[in-house]
Formats: sequence, C-alpha cells, structure tokens
Amino acid sequence: MKSRTFFLVAAGALLLGACDSGARKPAGGTEILNVSYDPTRELYRDINAAFIRQWKADTGKDLTINMSHGGSGKQARAVIDGLSADVVTLALAYDVDEIAARSDVLSKSWQQRLPNNSAPYTSTIVFLVRAGNPKGIKDWNDLVKPGISVITPNPKTSGGARWNFLAAWAYGRKAGGSDAAAQDYVTNLYRHVPVLDSGARGSTTTFVERGIGDVLLSWENEAHLAQKELGAGKFDIVIPSISILAEPSVALLDGNVKKHGTAEVAEAYLQFLYTPEAQDLIGKNFYRPRDAQAAAKYAAVFPKLNLVTIDDAFGGWSSAQGKYFSDGGVFDQIFAKIKR
Amino acid sequence: MTANTESPRARRLLIGIGLAFLGIFLLLPLVSVFAEALEKGFAAYFAGIAEPDAIAAIRLTLLVAAISVPVNIVFGVAAAWAITKFDFPGKSLLITLIDLPFSVSPVVSGLIFVLLFGAHGWIGPWLQEHDIQIVFAVPGIVLATIFVTFPFVARELIPLMTEQGRDDEEAALSLGASGWQTFWHVTLPNIRWGLLYGVLLCNARAMGEFGAVSVVSGHIRGLTNTMPLHVEILYNEYNFVAAFAVASLLALLALATLVLKSLLEWRFNYHHGGTGH
Repeated sequence: MKSRTFFLVAAGALLLGACDSGARKPAGGTEILNVSYDPTRELYRDINAAFIRQWKADTGKDLTINMSHGGSGKQARAVIDGLSADVVTLALAYDVDEIAARSDVLSKSWQQRLPNNSAPYTSTIVFLVRAGNPKGIKDWNDLVKPGISVITPNPKTSGGARWNFLAAWAYGRKAGGSDAAAQDYVTNLYRHVPVLDSGARGSTTTFVERGIGDVLLSWENEAHLAQKELGAGKFDIVIPSISILAEPSVALLDGNVKKHGTAEVAEAYLQFLYTPEAQDLIGKNFYRPRDAQAAAKYAAVFPKLNLVTIDDAFGGWSSAQGKYFSDGGVFDQIFAKIKR
Repeated sequence: MTANTESPRARRLLIGIGLAFLGIFLLLPLVSVFAEALEKGFAAYFAGIAEPDAIAAIRLTLLVAAISVPVNIVFGVAAAWAITKFDFPGKSLLITLIDLPFSVSPVVSGLIFVLLFGAHGWIGPWLQEHDIQIVFAVPGIVLATIFVTFPFVARELIPLMTEQGRDDEEAALSLGASGWQTFWHVTLPNIRWGLLYGVLLCNARAMGEFGAVSVVSGHIRGLTNTMPLHVEILYNEYNFVAAFAVASLLALLALATLVLKSLLEWRFNYHHGGTGH
C-alpha cells in the first residue's frame, strides 16, 4: 500500500539522519577543529596543508583540519556556547580571555604558554583607498574631512573593528594631546561611517565589491589580499602616521582536546606556527612574521610605522574592552551621540 | 466577480506596473545569478559545484530536508486533523502556536536552540556529560530547520480540511470503519494534493533556510555548512563564480518547486471541479 511505502521512506530517512549525525568522526586519521576569525581563511589554507604534510611525515598519521571562520567575537561566543574547537586562532586576546572566563575549556594562563604573548604573527591597521587615491587620503585627519565616507565594521562584534577604533583613538590622543580630544576625533570619524558590518570580511566586501565608501579601515593583511584577489591597480594601500600593533592570539582549548584525545596534535599544530616554514607562509599571506628571517624577507611588503601597543597605550585588553566596548562604554556613548 | 470599472488605460498601466515589478525584483536577480555563475564558462561552474566542501554542503542540505520534511508531514497532518475534525479546549491556542515560526525572526529561532542546548543552556551541561553534541552539529541544524518549517504543511491542510468538513469521515465511521481506516481511506485521499503542495513549500524552505541555521551551525567547512551558508562563505572568499554556481542550484530548486506547484494547482483545481467537492 502507498501509505505504508511512504512511512517506510520517512522512517528510513530519519534513521539515515540519526546514523549520519552519529558518525561525525572520520573513519581513519585524526581530526581537529580550528575556530578562527574572518580574514585568516587564506592563511590557514596554506598553513594547514603544510602542517598536515609534516604531521604525516613525522608520525605517519593522516590528519584533517576543519576550519570555521566568522567575526572574532561571534566565534568566541560560539566556543563558549559549546562549539567544540581544539584550537582557537582569534583576532585579539580579549576574545580568548572571554573563553577562559566564561567556560571551563581553557586555562586562564593561556597567554603565557606560547612565545610572543601566544601571538605567532602580528598585523596592523592601514587604509585601503580607491586606485590613484582620488580623495588624497594620507593620514587619519583626512578621514574626517567633509564628503569622505569611511568603512569599518562594528566593534561590538568584530575584532578588526576594535583594533580600528583603538588605532583611531591612538591618533586622536597623539594629535590632540588628551583622551577628550581623542573621543572628539573618534566621534567625528564614526559620523563618516555609512554602514557597520558585523565582520572585517563583510566590510571589505562592502568596500571592494559594492563600491561603497572612499576608504576602508582594514587589517593590513586584508588590504593586501583584497588588492591581490581583486586585481592590482584597483586599490591603493595608504600607511598612516600612527597605528596599533595587532596581535591575533592562538590558544589550545585544554578541555576539548582532552575530550577528543587530540592534545598532542593540537599542541604540535600551534607550535608549528612559530617554525620558519609557517612564518614564511605567514609573510606570504601578508601577516607580519615574528621570525627575524621571514620578517627580513618580506620587509618590502611591511613598511615601518609608529605602532602603539594595546598594553602600553590602553592598559591591556580587559581594561580597553571594559572602557570602550562594554555595554554603555565609550563606543556606545559615541554611537548614541551620532545617531540622528 | 464584480464588473470591471477601470478604463483600459488604467488596466494596462496596472498590468505594466505588475510586470515591471516582477521583472526587476524576480526575473533580473534570477538571470544575474546564472549569468554570474557562468561568467567563466561551464568548466568553472561545474568545478565550483564539484568541490568537496560544496558537495558536503549539498549532501547536508539534502539530509536536513530528508529528515525535517517527513517529520513535518507527520506533525502537520496530525495537527490539521486534530484541529479540523475535533473540538477541544485550547484549539485556537494551538492554531496560533503553529503560526509562531512565521512570526518569529529566524535568528531568534536559532538562538532558542543555543539557549536550550548550548554549553551553558538549560540542557547543555547534561548533554556535555553524555558527550552529545546538538548545537554546532547536524542535529541542531535539523532541529532549527524543523522549527522554521513546521507551519507549512499544517497551514496548507487546515483550510482545505475545514472546507471539506467532517461529512465523509462521519459517514465512514457510521458504516463501521475504524479511526485509522477512516484516515487512510477517506481523509488522506481527500487531502493528498494539498498535502503535496505543503510538502513542496516545506522542502523549499528547509533547503533554503539561512538565518536560524546560521546561528546553530558553527560554520565548520565540509561538516556543518548547508548550501545557503556555503554560498555566503564562497562569496566572502572572493570566489564569486563558485558562490553563484551553488546559488544557482538553490535557484533551480526554487524554479522546480514553482513548476511542480503550478502543476499541482492545475491538477488540484481540476480534481476539485471534476468531483464537485
């Protein structure tokens, strides 16, 4: 009878679903999950391929590295809510701190376990402008001139956007000599922002694909990548007089690797990021390498500029996060003021 | 039908506006999806679809639909049957609840499941102890999809079954048929076309859902990305041809749904008029 066939099919489909979801672990080899932020897709595609090769050579075992990308804050939230990552490679230490504070999968001393503040590569915030720099943008003060439209994502959800905000603040403080002057400058800057995307990649797409805005406040790596992917000659990179040293942080999630039995491979994966081979890939993907040799090789790509650090200029991430980006913090006050 | 009082010119204008609107908001985007997908030729188009992560996304989407649609058929038929054939307290409340997923933003629908099954959710700690992963894995995606699609079948059947009334069932019962027999031999044949129509709509939404699924997915490539999520990822990676290639599959699905729906409508009305029901 027809209806019986129908029920058999439905039951079969349900069963199939149950099996499939139960069988998430692969048949052979190990599997780890790296939860990362938006602009690192291309970087980790290269790094993963290199590490998988090395792991196979060292141990003879097959390895699959799964990737998840999104706004840094959003990704941290997902890990806190149970996304079972073995390692996180996020845009800023604060998001990793949040995971340590709000879940039991990460030790609070994570930042001391790996060299260089647990940040194997750095970057900074630069300007991406349209070819030939038609609006003549050279430094931060040019961004608040009449008729200039600035693209930057939302600091509440995006790690890159928080670096943008603090870089602008550092300029405002240096130019005006006080935090009050900095707040005026930053308020003025956000008046020139027509859209706040939720992540850095969203903002890049807004700027390069949808053609909105005169200048994109961007990760240096993201600016170079946009230039490379979307054809040279369409965009120019402008290096401002002052910016911030961004240290994207990596961490091993102890609780999760213990559960997955992946502690050894996940640890080796993070250590690999500091090797000359990975450092070279890091430079190739437009992140500033820590390794002196790789840094020298890519010196032409990364001009020297005056970089403030989060610790010196803002007293570390937890203090900066609390003051500027918490609910009712400085960003919220600025945003409330410019909402017409 | 009331007599047509508009002048021919006004009528032409109205038709013109309607067609222009359809052209700009439906036809043009549809054409542009295929144009972008085929921008670099068929080889690039098929390469975009045949890539392992794309295939994983297609498989996951089909799997999610294969689970959520049957579940919603069972629920939808049961709910419509209860609502139209029986009187019971709380009936209007049930009708309102069935509509809830239509009125709630999909993002909220997704967050509900994170709040329930997430590591810090109500049932989350218990699930973790027993090593059961619901959110950020396939079960969460299935649950969110079932939630957002569950009005479709019931909403399609309730008006139809109300219109048909209870006469046929009462006749069958008075002739000695059991409840199940009445359902299989009387009710089900009466509603089959409406049911199919509801299933089609349910399926289209199940495969196309973005918001709720995005919240519970975790966005792990090759594992928890459905087709709509994969399209977003490819687009964000500047891989426009592949993004639009996968999008074109979703568009094709929508077109197939439309064709089937029109066929059903035609068949349904024909059947309707023919038997005098």
